Amino acid sequence: MTVQRVKFYQTGSFAVGNRLLDPAQRSTQARMDRANSITSGHRACQGCGEALAARYVLDAASRATDGQLVVVNATGCLEVFSTPYPESAWRVPWLHSLFGNAPAVASGVAAALRARGRTEIRVIGQGGDGGTVDIGFGALSGMFERNDDVLYVCYDNQAYMNTGVQRSGATPPAARTATTPAVGPQPGNTFGQGKSAPLVAMAHEIPYVATATVAGLRDLEAKVFRAMQLRGARYLHVLVPCPLGWGSGTGETIRLGRLAVETGLFPVFEAERGEVVAVTPIRRRLPVEEYLRPQRRYAHLFDPAVRSDVIERLQAMADRNVRRFHLEGKR
Amino acid sequence: MNTPFAITLRVGSSLANKTGAWRTERPVYVDRMPPCNDACPAGENVQRWLYHAEEAGYQEAWRQIMADNPFPAVMGRVCYHPCQTACNRAQLDESVGINAVERFLGDEAIRRGWTVPVTAPPAGTRVLVVGAGPSGLSAAYHLRLRGHEVTVRDAGERAGGMMRYGIPVYRLPREVLDAEVARIEAMGVRLELGHPVTDLAAEMRDGHFDAAFLGIGAQLSHRTYLPAGDSARILDALSVLRTIADGEPPRLGRRVVVYGGGNTAMDVARSARRLGATEALVVYRRTRDRMPAQPSEVAEAEEEGVQMRWLSTIAHAGRGSITVEKMRLDDTGYPQPTGELEELAADSVVLAIGQDVDRSIVDGLAGVEVRDGVVQVGPDMMTGHAGVFAGGDMVPSDRTVTTAIGHGKRAARHIDAWLRGARPARPPRPPLATFDRLNTWYYSDAPATVRPRLEPARRVSTFDEVTGGLGESTALYEARRCLSCGNCFECDNCYGMCPDNAIVKLGPGKRFAIDYDYCKGCGICVAECPAGAIEMVPEPR
Repeated sequence: MTVQRVKFYQTGSFAVGNRLLDPAQRSTQARMDRANSITSGHRACQGCGEALAARYVLDAASRATDGQLVVVNATGCLEVFSTPYPESAWRVPWLHSLFGNAPAVASGVAAALRARGRTEIRVIGQGGDGGTVDIGFGALSGMFERNDDVLYVCYDNQAYMNTGVQRSGATPPAARTATTPAVGPQPGNTFGQGKSAPLVAMAHEIPYVATATVAGLRDLEAKVFRAMQLRGARYLHVLVPCPLGWGSGTGETIRLGRLAVETGLFPVFEAERGEVVAVTPIRRRLPVEEYLRPQRRYAHLFDPAVRSDVIERLQAMADRNVRRFHLEGKR
Repeated sequence: MNTPFAITLRVGSSLANKTGAWRTERPVYVDRMPPCNDACPAGENVQRWLYHAEEAGYQEAWRQIMADNPFPAVMGRVCYHPCQTACNRAQLDESVGINAVERFLGDEAIRRGWTVPVTAPPAGTRVLVVGAGPSGLSAAYHLRLRGHEVTVRDAGERAGGMMRYGIPVYRLPREVLDAEVARIEAMGVRLELGHPVTDLAAEMRDGHFDAAFLGIGAQLSHRTYLPAGDSARILDALSVLRTIADGEPPRLGRRVVVYGGGNTAMDVARSARRLGATEALVVYRRTRDRMPAQPSEVAEAEEEGVQMRWLSTIAHAGRGSITVEKMRLDDTGYPQPTGELEELAADSVVLAIGQDVDRSIVDGLAGVEVRDGVVQVGPDMMTGHAGVFAGGDMVPSDRTVTTAIGHGKRAARHIDAWLRGARPARPPRPPLATFDRLNTWYYSDAPATVRPRLEPARRVSTFDEVTGGLGESTALYEARRCLSCGNCFECDNCYGMCPDNAIVKLGPGKRFAIDYDYCKGCGICVAECPAGAIEMVPEPR
């Protein structure tokens, strides 16, 4: 019998693992010997997307660098829930200084390693959207423009969740936070404010910028591997749903990440030296309402009356992303 | 305590913090009944054998089928695959081509000469099986596997029953049937053919049999009063099919009318086309959707030029022509005559209006109940006469090969228990794995493969097999379309997606465990399990 190569593996690359694939082709997270960079017992909320994404990123980076890794963490949920003194959930060399200086500290670690001739040890800076997009943004931009040899990862849950869900520069329009309450004629966060950190990063023309979500594991791991092949400043922006701040079911975390992509609200792409080189096309496009409805931070768009005017503006944002990033191409 | 400046506590791991205490609900792994298994009249564990086939473990897959059904190659051709009707994938794109994969596995086994060893120690008991059709051979096979001495007696010259004498060769080539029967014989089942059993009690006494299984089928063509002229040529469907099977086809003429709407009617009409009839017309009293024939058979018959005349009865048959009367359905769905008559040319009329059981074998057996023309059996397939079991078309049944094979298997299990004075273990029947429990995002888009089929133009001139088989790569592809509904297939989603590392991967084939010391009960694993094999339950107090 001639055995033909069958390019269909039941779940393809959507699921975490696939017993029908060659072990070398399987994801890092499917491996029994994965690093578990952030281990059990951390105090993240039930269904935390950030805790999950941090493990995805650091396990992949550990595998890519053979464990030769130093992690610098900004203040935020990720820091607070992982290291309540004297316990630590980290199983990687890990350093925390202040809220706004993680990119600068990471640059410093990279400089120190270079000075000692230990450039085989790689540096990752990481933080939430508050520490990255707002408070640490000056330091981050400096790290980018100097092209320091650091991969900086932003886990974007779209508000300051640790301190009680205050608006950040990454909070999307119409979302309710503690500082953008659902009151008045235009409830929730204002349209036309905030910034896209990945696009700003691209403007620095650094070697690598990518976006990903906690729902696309294989894609996320591939991007970490790609980033670790390169030297210089690299930026990875990962969307991580937050059950507490978004008002979603604790089991909905992955689904919401998926819906953010499938509606077009969160474009998933890769850029090198300021140019988009790849996008993850939408598999089954859905209206934004599918993404908004399960989240209580958007509840005022549906109750007491459906605010179709606001939903249409959000849909227009999604449509623009689809056009701008060519998200409806062939897979 | 010797610690650095300003440090009062030793650094410890977060593992000291048992976050499992937060939980109010907990995930648990479950195994649900896949709809394919649930629908299989032979009780095959379809999903399990597909699982082996997905890994190209064809022999293991075949052995898994053989645990329930000794006729995979026959099944892959003649089974009406209720599994595919029930398949959840139909709601996604199209059902998994289970039947096609089964045929591939069955053919592969014949080609490679795979056999089933009898490993059970001799039971020291003898069982007589009457009838070498699907139910009898299935019973014999399963009894032999359990260590019993089995003798099969059949009036026919060759084994197979309706599989040989009822199903036309273009659906089931005889070398396939022969190979699967020979494999059962090679296991030590004695076949005594050309041996009609008329006095069951005497045969059991003389042969020192401890129990008997009857599977003689329903081989008497149902008769109906049909006003006919002396010279009208009227035949019954079973004898037509039987003479074709024996290689002496009857002269049906150029215009053949088949009366009836079941699978047998389709078989006769399609055979008539192959024997040279230019017109083959099926006359049926009711409407198409009320026909008992399988839609696939009707469609294939139509492709081959068989014509259908719904809502019609034959009022009179004469020489070279028949008179049909139009019917209409009344409020209860019963056909009523309208009085409208029409004359049609017909060289012969074949009656395919049902089959009856020859009950003479149970005449004089105390306790056996015959109702509605069939022998009554209990859930254990035993007749009212202790030690005499029955199955297949002679008991209440939908009269398919697969159901008969299932009867044989069930009877064998109960005969074995009865002979050993034990109660058969009834495997638990878990709740059904319904489509709404699946997370279908994770399955690749994969439309069904189509089996090659003989061109209709060529079909009407030969008795060659109509439907072709799948090659290795297409069979593998088709197997991999299985969604594994309700049962873990080790996709690692739960292991990979737990934010708390609370899922323990136990290794290939061993699935996973949940570390409740750390599981916070978020439910991501439940939501993202493609197969719906994890369930949230309230935390036990």
